[in-house]
Amino acid sequence: MNEPLLKCEHVDFGYENYDVVRDVTMEIVCGDYLCIVGANGSGKSTLMKGLLGLLKPTGGTITFSEELKRAGIGYLPQQTPAQRDFPATVREVVLSGCLGRLGLRPFYSQREWTLAKTNMEKLGILALKDACYRELSGGQKQRVLIARALCATDSLLVLDEPITGLDPETTQDFYHVIRHLNRAEGVAVLMVTHDIHNVISQAKKVLHLNQTVLYYGPAEAYRDTACGREFLGGEE
Amino acid sequence: MMGLLREMLSYPFLVRAFLGGTFISLCASLLGVSLVLKRYSMIGDGLSHVSFGALSIAVAFGWAPLAVSLPVVGAAAVLLLGLTGNGKLRSDAAIAMISAGSLAVGILVTSLTTGMTTDVSSYMFGSILAMNRQEVFLGAGLSAVVLGLFVFCYNRVFAVTFDESFAKATGVNVRLYNTLLAVLTAVTIVLGMRMMGAMLISSLVIFPALTSMRLFKSFKSVVVSAGVVSVVCFWIGLMLSYAYSVPAGASVVLVNLAGFVCFWGIERLRGCGCFIFCLWGG
Repeated sequence: MNEPLLKCEHVDFGYENYDVVRDVTMEIVCGDYLCIVGANGSGKSTLMKGLLGLLKPTGGTITFSEELKRAGIGYLPQQTPAQRDFPATVREVVLSGCLGRLGLRPFYSQREWTLAKTNMEKLGILALKDACYRELSGGQKQRVLIARALCATDSLLVLDEPITGLDPETTQDFYHVIRHLNRAEGVAVLMVTHDIHNVISQAKKVLHLNQTVLYYGPAEAYRDTACGREFLGGEE
Repeated sequence: MMGLLREMLSYPFLVRAFLGGTFISLCASLLGVSLVLKRYSMIGDGLSHVSFGALSIAVAFGWAPLAVSLPVVGAAAVLLLGLTGNGKLRSDAAIAMISAGSLAVGILVTSLTTGMTTDVSSYMFGSILAMNRQEVFLGAGLSAVVLGLFVFCYNRVFAVTFDESFAKATGVNVRLYNTLLAVLTAVTIVLGMRMMGAMLISSLVIFPALTSMRLFKSFKSVVVSAGVVSVVCFWIGLMLSYAYSVPAGASVVLVNLAGFVCFWGIERLRGCGCFIFCLWGG
Protein backbone atom coordinates (compact mmCIF):
# COMPACT_ATOMS: atom_id res chain seq x y z
CA MET A 1 0.00 0.00 0.00
CA ASN A 2 2.88 2.34 0.77
CA GLU A 3 4.48 2.08 -2.62
CA PRO A 4 4.25 5.59 -4.11
CA LEU A 5 1.84 6.10 -7.01
CA LEU A 6 4.22 8.51 -8.62
CA LYS A 7 7.81 9.31 -7.80
CA CYS A 8 10.09 11.96 -9.28
CA GLU A 9 13.81 11.96 -8.60
CA HIS A 10 15.78 15.05 -9.69
CA VAL A 11 13.56 15.45 -12.74
CA ASP A 12 14.02 18.22 -15.33
CA PHE A 13 11.42 19.16 -17.94
CA GLY A 14 11.80 21.51 -20.85
CA TYR A 15 11.65 22.22 -24.53
CA GLU A 16 14.59 22.20 -26.95
CA ASN A 17 17.73 22.80 -24.87
CA TYR A 18 15.89 24.93 -22.37
CA ASP A 19 14.76 23.45 -19.08
CA VAL A 20 11.63 25.13 -17.74
CA VAL A 21 11.59 23.06 -14.57
CA ARG A 22 14.74 21.82 -12.88
CA ASP A 23 15.54 19.24 -10.27
CA VAL A 24 12.11 18.28 -8.94
CA THR A 25 12.05 15.55 -6.35
CA MET A 26 8.66 14.55 -4.98
CA GLU A 27 6.33 11.62 -4.55
CA ILE A 28 2.62 10.95 -4.25
CA VAL A 29 1.38 8.06 -2.15
CA CYS A 30 -2.14 6.67 -1.80
CA GLY A 31 -4.51 9.16 -0.20
CA ASP A 32 -2.15 12.10 -0.63
CA TYR A 33 -3.37 15.66 -1.25
CA LEU A 34 -0.64 17.70 -2.90
CA CYS A 35 -0.95 21.25 -4.16
CA ILE A 36 1.48 22.73 -6.64
CA VAL A 37 1.60 26.52 -6.33
CA GLY A 38 3.71 29.19 -7.97
CA ALA A 39 3.53 32.42 -9.93
CA ASN A 40 2.58 32.53 -13.61
CA GLY A 41 5.41 31.22 -15.74
CA SER A 42 6.96 29.28 -12.86
CA GLY A 43 6.68 26.00 -14.76
CA LYS A 44 3.56 24.60 -13.09
CA SER A 45 1.90 23.60 -16.36
CA THR A 46 5.12 22.14 -17.70
CA LEU A 47 5.56 20.04 -14.58
CA MET A 48 1.97 18.86 -14.85
CA LYS A 49 2.38 17.88 -18.51
CA GLY A 50 5.43 15.91 -17.51
CA LEU A 51 3.64 14.12 -14.68
CA LEU A 52 0.83 13.21 -17.10
CA GLY A 53 3.38 11.66 -19.43
CA LEU A 54 2.74 14.19 -22.22
CA LEU A 55 6.30 15.49 -22.00
CA LYS A 56 9.46 13.39 -21.67
CA PRO A 57 11.81 14.40 -18.82
CA THR A 58 15.13 15.78 -20.03
CA GLY A 59 16.85 14.52 -16.90
CA GLY A 60 16.20 12.42 -13.80
CA THR A 61 13.64 9.62 -13.47
CA ILE A 62 9.87 9.39 -12.99
CA THR A 63 8.41 6.12 -11.75
CA PHE A 64 4.73 5.31 -12.05
CA SER A 65 3.08 2.56 -10.00
CA GLU A 66 1.79 -0.51 -11.81
CA GLU A 67 -1.78 0.63 -11.36
CA LEU A 68 -1.23 4.02 -12.98
CA LYS A 69 0.60 2.40 -15.86
CA ARG A 70 -2.36 0.15 -16.45
CA ALA A 71 -5.25 2.57 -16.09
CA GLY A 72 -3.72 5.97 -16.78
CA ILE A 73 -4.20 9.11 -14.71
CA GLY A 74 -7.52 10.72 -13.90
CA TYR A 75 -6.98 14.13 -15.44
CA LEU A 76 -9.18 17.18 -15.14
CA PRO A 77 -7.90 19.67 -17.73
CA GLN A 78 -8.91 23.31 -17.88
CA GLN A 79 -12.15 23.74 -19.77
CA THR A 80 -11.83 24.98 -23.33
CA PRO A 81 -14.17 27.55 -24.92
CA ALA A 82 -15.23 24.92 -27.48
CA GLN A 83 -16.76 22.79 -24.71
CA ARG A 84 -19.21 25.48 -23.66
CA ASP A 85 -21.68 24.71 -26.43
CA PHE A 86 -20.77 21.11 -27.05
CA PRO A 87 -23.76 18.87 -27.75
CA ALA A 88 -23.13 15.83 -25.57
CA THR A 89 -25.04 14.18 -22.77
CA VAL A 90 -23.51 13.84 -19.31
CA ARG A 91 -23.49 10.09 -19.83
CA GLU A 92 -21.43 10.39 -23.03
CA VAL A 93 -18.88 12.65 -21.36
CA VAL A 94 -18.49 10.46 -18.27
CA LEU A 95 -18.22 7.28 -20.36
CA SER A 96 -15.40 8.82 -22.38
CA GLY A 97 -13.28 8.53 -19.22
CA CYS A 98 -13.28 4.76 -19.75
CA LEU A 99 -11.45 5.19 -23.03
CA GLY A 100 -8.16 3.94 -21.60
CA ARG A 101 -9.86 0.68 -20.61
CA LEU A 102 -11.04 -0.09 -24.14
CA GLY A 103 -7.77 -1.41 -25.50
CA LEU A 104 -8.52 -2.53 -29.03
CA ARG A 105 -12.27 -2.99 -28.51
CA PRO A 106 -14.38 -0.50 -30.47
CA PHE A 107 -17.33 -0.19 -28.06
CA TYR A 108 -17.99 0.12 -24.33
CA SER A 109 -19.42 -2.90 -22.55
CA GLN A 110 -21.75 -3.24 -19.56
CA ARG A 111 -18.71 -3.09 -17.26
CA GLU A 112 -17.73 0.43 -18.37
CA TRP A 113 -21.33 1.60 -18.16
CA THR A 114 -21.58 0.30 -14.57
CA LEU A 115 -18.34 2.09 -13.70
CA ALA A 116 -19.63 5.34 -15.19
CA LYS A 117 -22.88 4.96 -13.27
CA THR A 118 -21.06 4.35 -9.98
CA ASN A 119 -18.97 7.47 -10.47
CA MET A 120 -21.97 9.59 -11.43
CA GLU A 121 -23.67 8.39 -8.26
CA LYS A 122 -20.57 9.25 -6.21
CA LEU A 123 -20.73 12.84 -7.47
CA GLY A 124 -24.49 13.15 -7.25
CA ILE A 125 -25.11 13.69 -10.96
CA LEU A 126 -26.83 10.41 -11.84
CA ALA A 127 -30.15 12.24 -12.21
CA LEU A 128 -28.54 14.46 -14.85
CA LYS A 129 -27.25 11.58 -16.96
CA ASP A 130 -29.37 12.45 -20.01
CA ALA A 131 -29.00 16.21 -19.60
CA CYS A 132 -27.01 18.16 -22.15
CA TYR A 133 -23.51 19.12 -21.00
CA ARG A 134 -23.78 22.66 -22.41
CA GLU A 135 -26.89 23.38 -20.35
CA LEU A 136 -25.27 22.57 -16.98
CA SER A 137 -24.00 25.13 -14.50
CA GLY A 138 -20.27 25.61 -13.98
CA GLY A 139 -20.26 23.51 -10.82
CA GLN A 140 -22.23 20.68 -12.40
CA LYS A 141 -19.88 20.65 -15.39
CA GLN A 142 -16.95 20.33 -13.02
CA ARG A 143 -18.61 17.35 -11.28
CA VAL A 144 -19.15 15.68 -14.65
CA LEU A 145 -15.47 16.11 -15.50
CA ILE A 146 -14.43 14.69 -12.11
CA ALA A 147 -16.66 11.67 -12.69
CA ARG A 148 -15.01 11.24 -16.08
CA ALA A 149 -11.54 11.41 -14.52
CA LEU A 150 -12.55 8.84 -11.88
CA CYS A 151 -13.56 6.48 -14.70
CA ALA A 152 -9.96 6.44 -15.84
CA THR A 153 -8.60 5.70 -12.37
CA ASP A 154 -9.74 6.05 -8.80
CA SER A 155 -6.26 6.20 -7.33
CA LEU A 156 -4.93 9.57 -8.57
CA LEU A 157 -6.80 12.68 -9.67
CA VAL A 158 -4.81 15.45 -11.37
CA LEU A 159 -6.54 18.85 -11.44
CA ASP A 160 -5.32 21.78 -13.52
CA GLU A 161 -6.47 25.11 -12.01
CA PRO A 162 -9.93 23.61 -11.44
CA ILE A 163 -11.69 26.62 -9.94
CA THR A 164 -11.06 29.02 -12.83
CA GLY A 165 -14.37 30.68 -13.64
CA LEU A 166 -16.33 29.28 -10.69
CA ASP A 167 -18.18 31.62 -8.33
CA PRO A 168 -17.22 31.60 -4.62
CA GLU A 169 -20.09 29.34 -3.55
CA THR A 170 -19.42 26.79 -6.29
CA THR A 171 -15.73 26.93 -5.43
CA GLN A 172 -16.45 25.94 -1.81
CA ASP A 173 -18.72 23.17 -3.05
CA PHE A 174 -16.00 21.98 -5.40
CA TYR A 175 -13.40 21.83 -2.59
CA HIS A 176 -15.90 19.94 -0.50
CA VAL A 177 -16.32 17.30 -3.22
CA ILE A 178 -12.55 16.93 -3.63
CA ARG A 179 -12.01 16.69 0.15
CA HIS A 180 -14.70 14.04 0.39
CA LEU A 181 -13.15 11.99 -2.42
CA ASN A 182 -9.76 12.32 -0.78
CA ARG A 183 -10.82 11.46 2.80
CA ALA A 184 -13.64 8.97 2.26
CA GLU A 185 -12.66 7.28 -0.99
CA GLY A 186 -8.89 7.49 -0.55
CA VAL A 187 -8.33 9.17 -3.92
CA ALA A 188 -4.93 10.84 -4.11
CA VAL A 189 -5.21 14.42 -5.35
CA LEU A 190 -2.66 16.54 -7.17
CA MET A 191 -3.86 20.07 -7.79
CA VAL A 192 -2.22 22.95 -9.61
CA THR A 193 -3.80 26.15 -8.34
CA HIS A 194 -3.54 29.87 -7.68
CA ASP A 195 -6.09 29.72 -4.92
CA ILE A 196 -3.61 29.14 -2.11
CA HIS A 197 -5.78 30.52 0.72
CA ASN A 198 -8.53 27.95 0.32
CA VAL A 199 -6.23 25.11 -0.41
CA ILE A 200 -3.75 25.52 2.45
CA SER A 201 -6.34 24.42 4.98
CA GLN A 202 -7.10 21.13 3.31
CA ALA A 203 -3.98 20.05 1.42
CA LYS A 204 -1.61 17.67 3.13
CA LYS A 205 1.45 18.74 1.20
CA VAL A 206 2.48 21.82 -0.75
CA LEU A 207 5.04 22.16 -3.51
CA HIS A 208 6.04 25.74 -4.29
CA LEU A 209 7.60 25.95 -7.71
CA ASN A 210 9.63 28.68 -9.35
CA GLN A 211 11.66 26.97 -12.04
CA THR A 212 12.92 24.77 -9.26
CA VAL A 213 11.38 23.58 -5.99
CA LEU A 214 11.34 26.37 -3.38
CA TYR A 215 9.35 24.40 -0.83
CA TYR A 216 8.15 20.84 -0.66
CA GLY A 217 6.66 19.55 2.54
CA PRO A 218 3.64 19.51 4.86
CA ALA A 219 1.04 22.22 4.36
CA GLU A 220 1.16 23.45 8.00
CA ALA A 221 4.88 24.17 7.87
CA TYR A 222 4.49 26.09 4.59
CA ARG A 223 2.97 29.07 6.40
CA ASP A 224 6.20 29.59 8.31
CA THR A 225 8.58 29.64 5.36
CA ALA A 226 9.70 32.80 3.56
CA CYS A 227 8.10 31.88 0.24
CA GLY A 228 4.92 30.75 1.98
CA ARG A 229 4.55 34.04 3.84
CA GLU A 230 5.12 35.96 0.65
CA PHE A 231 2.51 33.95 -1.20
CA LEU A 232 -0.10 33.93 1.53
CA GLY A 233 0.26 37.65 2.01
CA GLY A 234 0.55 39.75 5.13
CA GLU A 235 -1.43 37.75 7.64
CA GLU A 236 0.81 38.44 10.55
CA MET B 1 -42.23 14.00 -57.76
CA MET B 2 -41.55 10.29 -58.34
CA GLY B 3 -42.01 10.98 -62.07
CA LEU B 4 -39.41 13.71 -61.90
CA LEU B 5 -37.03 11.40 -60.08
CA ARG B 6 -37.58 8.61 -62.64
CA GLU B 7 -36.95 11.02 -65.47
CA MET B 8 -33.75 12.27 -63.84
CA LEU B 9 -32.40 8.79 -63.21
CA SER B 10 -32.74 7.91 -66.88
CA TYR B 11 -29.72 10.11 -67.60
CA PRO B 12 -26.45 8.35 -66.72
CA PHE B 13 -24.72 11.64 -65.78
CA LEU B 14 -27.48 12.44 -63.28
CA VAL B 15 -27.21 8.97 -61.75
CA ARG B 16 -23.51 9.65 -61.27
CA ALA B 17 -24.27 13.08 -59.79
CA PHE B 18 -26.82 11.53 -57.42
CA LEU B 19 -24.49 8.77 -56.23
CA GLY B 20 -21.35 10.89 -56.03
CA GLY B 21 -23.15 13.77 -54.35
CA THR B 22 -24.74 11.48 -51.78
CA PHE B 23 -21.36 10.01 -50.82
CA ILE B 24 -19.75 13.44 -50.59
CA SER B 25 -22.58 15.02 -48.59
CA LEU B 26 -22.44 12.13 -46.14
CA CYS B 27 -18.66 12.39 -45.64
CA ALA B 28 -18.68 16.18 -45.46
CA SER B 29 -21.43 16.25 -42.83
CA LEU B 30 -19.85 13.61 -40.56
CA LEU B 31 -16.40 15.19 -40.71
CA GLY B 32 -18.10 18.57 -40.38
CA VAL B 33 -19.53 17.73 -36.94
CA SER B 34 -16.03 17.19 -35.61
CA LEU B 35 -14.57 20.20 -37.45
CA VAL B 36 -17.29 22.63 -36.37
CA LEU B 37 -17.06 21.52 -32.73
CA LYS B 38 -13.28 21.82 -32.76
CA ARG B 39 -13.69 25.41 -34.07
CA TYR B 40 -12.24 24.60 -37.49
CA SER B 41 -15.32 25.64 -39.47
CA MET B 42 -13.30 27.79 -41.84
CA ILE B 43 -10.97 24.99 -42.83
CA GLY B 44 -13.36 23.72 -45.53
CA ASP B 45 -13.45 27.15 -47.09
CA GLY B 46 -9.67 27.47 -47.02
CA LEU B 47 -9.14 24.04 -48.51
CA SER B 48 -11.58 24.64 -51.36
CA HIS B 49 -9.60 27.72 -52.39
CA VAL B 50 -6.37 25.76 -52.26
CA SER B 51 -8.09 23.13 -54.37
CA PHE B 52 -9.10 25.80 -56.88
CA GLY B 53 -5.50 26.99 -57.16
CA ALA B 54 -4.23 23.44 -57.65
CA LEU B 55 -6.90 22.69 -60.28
CA SER B 56 -6.13 25.82 -62.32
CA ILE B 57 -2.46 24.87 -62.41
CA ALA B 58 -3.38 21.33 -63.45
CA VAL B 59 -5.66 22.61 -66.23
CA ALA B 60 -3.04 25.11 -67.45
CA PHE B 61 -0.38 22.44 -67.79
CA GLY B 62 -2.76 19.74 -68.99
CA TRP B 63 -2.19 17.46 -65.98
CA ALA B 64 -4.83 15.19 -64.47
CA PRO B 65 -6.79 17.46 -62.06
CA LEU B 66 -7.32 14.90 -59.27
CA ALA B 67 -3.73 13.68 -59.26
CA VAL B 68 -2.48 17.23 -58.70
CA SER B 69 -5.05 18.59 -56.29
CA LEU B 70 -5.38 15.61 -53.92
CA PRO B 71 -1.78 15.70 -52.60
CA VAL B 72 -1.64 19.52 -52.57
CA VAL B 73 -4.90 19.95 -50.65
CA GLY B 74 -4.01 17.05 -48.35
CA ALA B 75 -0.75 18.74 -47.46
CA ALA B 76 -2.53 22.07 -46.91
CA ALA B 77 -5.05 20.39 -44.59
CA VAL B 78 -2.35 18.78 -42.46
CA LEU B 79 -0.48 22.09 -42.34
CA LEU B 80 -3.58 24.07 -41.30
CA LEU B 81 -4.62 21.65 -38.56
CA GLY B 82 -1.01 21.44 -37.39
CA LEU B 83 -0.68 25.22 -37.14
CA THR B 84 -3.33 25.38 -34.46
CA GLY B 85 -1.26 22.96 -32.40
CA ASN B 86 1.80 25.14 -31.84
CA GLY B 87 -0.02 28.44 -31.54
CA LYS B 88 2.65 30.61 -33.18
CA LEU B 89 0.25 31.70 -35.92
CA ARG B 90 -3.46 32.04 -35.21
CA SER B 91 -5.29 29.46 -37.27
CA ASP B 92 -8.06 31.76 -38.54
CA ALA B 93 -5.45 34.17 -39.86
CA ALA B 94 -3.46 31.31 -41.38
CA ILE B 95 -6.54 29.97 -43.17
CA ALA B 96 -7.44 33.40 -44.55
CA MET B 97 -3.89 33.90 -45.77
CA ILE B 98 -3.57 30.51 -47.44
CA SER B 99 -6.99 30.66 -49.08
CA ALA B 100 -6.52 34.14 -50.55
CA GLY B 101 -2.99 33.22 -51.61
CA SER B 102 -4.01 30.12 -53.50
CA LEU B 103 -7.02 31.83 -55.06
CA ALA B 104 -4.65 34.51 -56.38
CA VAL B 105 -2.27 31.87 -57.77
CA GLY B 106 -5.22 30.16 -59.47
CA ILE B 107 -6.49 33.36 -61.08
CA LEU B 108 -3.01 34.45 -62.21
CA VAL B 109 -2.13 31.09 -63.75
CA THR B 110 -5.51 30.92 -65.48
CA SER B 111 -5.34 34.39 -66.99
CA LEU B 112 -1.75 33.87 -68.19
CA THR B 113 -2.54 30.58 -69.92
CA THR B 114 -6.00 29.45 -70.95
CA GLY B 115 -8.08 32.41 -69.83
CA MET B 116 -11.42 31.93 -68.08
CA THR B 117 -12.63 28.82 -69.86
CA THR B 118 -15.79 26.91 -68.99
CA ASP B 119 -13.54 24.44 -67.16
CA VAL B 120 -12.28 27.04 -64.73
CA SER B 121 -15.71 28.60 -64.30
CA SER B 122 -17.17 25.19 -63.45
CA TYR B 123 -14.56 24.79 -60.70
CA MET B 124 -15.64 28.11 -59.24
CA PHE B 125 -19.38 27.54 -59.28
CA GLY B 126 -19.74 23.81 -59.84
CA SER B 127 -21.21 21.74 -62.60
CA ILE B 128 -23.66 18.89 -62.43
CA LEU B 129 -21.84 17.26 -65.35
CA ALA B 130 -18.53 17.11 -63.52
CA MET B 131 -18.86 13.71 -61.82
CA ASN B 132 -17.17 10.96 -63.78
CA ARG B 133 -17.22 7.23 -63.05
CA GLN B 134 -13.80 7.27 -61.36
CA GLU B 135 -14.89 10.02 -58.95
CA VAL B 136 -18.05 8.15 -58.00
CA PHE B 137 -15.94 5.12 -57.08
CA LEU B 138 -13.52 7.32 -55.13
CA GLY B 139 -16.52 8.84 -53.34
CA ALA B 140 -17.82 5.39 -52.43
CA GLY B 141 -14.40 4.40 -51.06
CA LEU B 142 -14.15 7.64 -49.09
CA SER B 143 -17.60 7.11 -47.57
CA ALA B 144 -16.61 3.60 -46.52
CA VAL B 145 -13.52 4.94 -44.74
CA VAL B 146 -15.37 7.83 -43.06
CA LEU B 147 -18.26 5.63 -41.95
CA GLY B 148 -15.81 3.04 -40.68
CA LEU B 149 -14.01 5.73 -38.68
CA PHE B 150 -17.24 7.06 -37.18
CA VAL B 151 -18.61 3.59 -36.32
CA PHE B 152 -15.58 1.67 -35.09
CA CYS B 153 -13.60 4.56 -33.63
CA TYR B 154 -16.68 6.47 -32.50
CA ASN B 155 -15.61 6.71 -28.86
CA ARG B 156 -12.14 7.92 -29.76
CA VAL B 157 -13.52 10.46 -32.22
CA PHE B 158 -15.79 11.75 -29.46
CA ALA B 159 -12.93 12.00 -26.96
CA VAL B 160 -10.63 13.81 -29.40
CA THR B 161 -13.40 16.22 -30.41
CA PHE B 162 -14.58 16.95 -26.89
CA ASP B 163 -11.30 17.25 -25.03
CA GLU B 164 -7.92 16.79 -26.69
CA SER B 165 -5.90 17.15 -23.49
CA PHE B 166 -7.87 14.46 -21.68
CA ALA B 167 -7.72 12.12 -24.67
CA LYS B 168 -3.95 12.61 -24.82
CA ALA B 169 -3.58 11.85 -21.12
CA THR B 170 -5.57 8.60 -21.50
CA GLY B 171 -3.23 7.50 -24.26
CA VAL B 172 -5.17 8.27 -27.45
CA ASN B 173 -2.98 9.21 -30.40
CA VAL B 174 -4.54 12.64 -30.89
CA ARG B 175 -2.15 13.67 -33.64
CA LEU B 176 -3.05 10.59 -35.70
CA TYR B 177 -6.78 11.35 -35.45
CA ASN B 178 -6.28 15.01 -36.34
CA THR B 179 -4.19 14.10 -39.38
CA LEU B 180 -6.77 11.52 -40.46
CA LEU B 181 -9.51 14.12 -40.06
CA ALA B 182 -7.52 16.63 -42.13
CA VAL B 183 -6.73 14.21 -44.96
CA LEU B 184 -10.29 12.88 -45.19
CA THR B 185 -11.64 16.45 -45.26
CA ALA B 186 -9.20 17.31 -48.02
CA VAL B 187 -10.30 14.35 -50.17
CA THR B 188 -13.97 15.21 -49.58
CA ILE B 189 -13.44 18.82 -50.64
CA VAL B 190 -11.45 17.95 -53.75
CA LEU B 191 -14.07 15.42 -54.88
CA GLY B 192 -17.01 17.64 -54.01
CA MET B 193 -15.88 20.97 -55.41
CA ARG B 194 -16.20 19.87 -59.06
CA MET B 195 -19.91 19.52 -58.57
CA MET B 196 -20.61 22.06 -55.81
CA GLY B 197 -18.03 24.65 -56.84
CA ALA B 198 -15.05 25.98 -54.90
CA MET B 199 -17.10 28.86 -53.53
CA LEU B 200 -19.85 26.66 -52.12
CA ILE B 201 -18.40 23.30 -51.08
CA SER B 202 -17.53 24.40 -47.54
CA SER B 203 -21.25 24.79 -46.78
CA LEU B 204 -21.63 21.00 -46.97
CA VAL B 205 -19.16 20.76 -44.10
CA ILE B 206 -20.71 23.43 -41.90
CA PHE B 207 -24.47 23.50 -42.46
CA PRO B 208 -25.55 19.95 -41.47
CA ALA B 209 -23.61 20.10 -38.20
CA LEU B 210 -24.98 23.52 -37.24
CA THR B 211 -28.52 22.53 -38.26
CA SER B 212 -28.42 19.35 -36.16
CA MET B 213 -26.96 21.14 -33.16
CA ARG B 214 -30.13 23.30 -33.00
CA LEU B 215 -32.29 20.35 -31.98
CA PHE B 216 -30.15 17.48 -30.72
CA LYS B 217 -28.43 17.29 -27.39
CA SER B 218 -26.19 14.24 -27.59
CA PHE B 219 -23.13 13.81 -29.76
CA LYS B 220 -24.43 10.57 -31.24
CA SER B 221 -27.77 12.07 -32.31
CA VAL B 222 -26.03 15.14 -33.76
CA VAL B 223 -23.75 12.92 -35.87
CA VAL B 224 -26.62 10.75 -37.15
CA SER B 225 -28.88 13.73 -37.79
CA ALA B 226 -26.14 15.62 -39.64
CA GLY B 227 -25.64 12.69 -42.00
CA VAL B 228 -29.38 12.36 -42.69
CA VAL B 229 -30.00 16.12 -43.05
CA SER B 230 -27.07 16.49 -45.41
CA VAL B 231 -28.12 13.65 -47.74
CA VAL B 232 -31.79 14.68 -47.79
CA CYS B 233 -30.89 18.33 -48.50
CA PHE B 234 -28.61 17.22 -51.30
CA TRP B 235 -31.36 15.13 -52.95
CA ILE B 236 -33.92 17.94 -52.74
CA GLY B 237 -31.34 20.45 -54.00
CA LEU B 238 -30.40 18.31 -56.97
CA MET B 239 -34.04 17.73 -57.94
CA LEU B 240 -34.76 21.46 -57.72
CA SER B 241 -31.67 22.15 -59.78
CA TYR B 242 -32.92 19.79 -62.51
CA ALA B 243 -36.54 20.96 -62.39
CA TYR B 244 -35.73 24.68 -62.61
CA SER B 245 -32.42 24.45 -64.52
CA VAL B 246 -30.42 26.26 -61.81
CA PRO B 247 -26.81 25.48 -60.75
CA ALA B 248 -26.74 22.39 -58.51
CA GLY B 249 -24.28 23.77 -55.97
CA ALA B 250 -26.27 26.90 -55.26
CA SER B 251 -29.59 25.09 -54.96
CA VAL B 252 -28.12 22.49 -52.55
CA VAL B 253 -26.71 25.28 -50.38
CA LEU B 254 -30.05 27.12 -50.33
CA VAL B 255 -31.90 23.93 -49.34
CA ASN B 256 -29.36 23.48 -46.54
CA LEU B 257 -30.02 27.04 -45.44
CA ALA B 258 -33.76 26.37 -45.46
CA GLY B 259 -33.15 23.25 -43.36
CA PHE B 260 -31.19 25.31 -40.87
CA VAL B 261 -33.94 27.91 -40.61
CA CYS B 262 -36.53 25.14 -40.07
CA PHE B 263 -34.55 23.50 -37.27
CA TRP B 264 -33.84 26.88 -35.70
CA GLY B 265 -37.55 27.74 -35.88
CA ILE B 266 -38.48 24.47 -34.19
CA GLU B 267 -35.90 25.17 -31.49
CA ARG B 268 -37.40 28.62 -30.85
CA LEU B 269 -40.97 27.28 -30.94
CA ARG B 270 -40.03 24.59 -28.47
CA GLY B 271 -38.56 27.25 -26.18
CA CYS B 272 -41.74 29.34 -26.47
CA GLY B 273 -43.83 26.22 -25.99
CA CYS B 274 -42.09 25.48 -22.73
CA PHE B 275 -42.55 29.08 -21.64
CA ILE B 276 -46.29 29.05 -22.37
CA PHE B 277 -46.57 25.66 -20.71
CA CYS B 278 -44.86 27.06 -17.60
CA LEU B 279 -47.22 30.08 -17.60
CA TRP B 280 -50.21 27.76 -17.75
CA GLY B 281 -48.78 25.60 -14.99
CA GLY B 282 -47.94 28.64 -12.85
